[in-house]
Amino acid sequence: MSIVILKQAFDPWAYLGDYQARRPGEAGQYGATAVFVGSMRGLNEGDRVSGMFLEHYPGMTESYLEKISREAHDRWGLIDSLIVHRVGELCPGDPIVLVAVWSSHRKDAFEASRWLMEALKSKAPFWKKEQLAEGSRWVEKNTPGWSG
Amino acid sequence: MRINVRFFAGLRERVGISDQQLSLPEGATVAQAWSLVVDKEAIPNNVLAAKNMEYVELSCPLADGDEVAFFPPVTGGSV
Repeated sequence: MSIVILKQAFDPWAYLGDYQARRPGEAGQYGATAVFVGSMRGLNEGDRVSGMFLEHYPGMTESYLEKISREAHDRWGLIDSLIVHRVGELCPGDPIVLVAVWSSHRKDAFEASRWLMEALKSKAPFWKKEQLAEGSRWVEKNTPGWSG
Repeated sequence: MRINVRFFAGLRERVGISDQQLSLPEGATVAQAWSLVVDKEAIPNNVLAAKNMEYVELSCPLADGDEVAFFPPVTGGSV
């Protein structure tokens, strides 16, 4: 179970490959890996967004992500999980978040990764400030992601 | 008792305070910490509160040395 907050840009696919290579003991245990990558869009609510600043609450953000990871491990009997989340300055196209879970079978991996992502979005202390042509604005509205 | 109060993101900019040390009577609540620092404005409905980095209700009592944080709705992940 790993939680990583990154101040600099990252490549989620390279990160995932490295992470898995560092845990050879888990290969052969898991049959399913589910991965979610969220990236910054250059458009929000009809406005062109040229950049974004992501703020967090150092300490609380990590402990909240640990809490939901432990809950997902308990609920779905995961073999491993990884959450990587950016903070600081971002540009459109930059990956913001990587959520990966490893489990014996696909049902647990799909459900746990979906649940983790929704738990992260709804309560993890991160705040976005968008840079627009006419200034900047804090985003105070979340998009719904869970309909069933 | 001594309490440290912190504000984040858009709320920090609106209130104009990042963090502040407070002296409060024993048994004071999270809501009272807000009133002491932000005397002009009642707590907006959508503001979230944490005590020692865990979410709490505004009625939660405080103890000496606690850190209280107020922040706007969270918007992590991707859009």
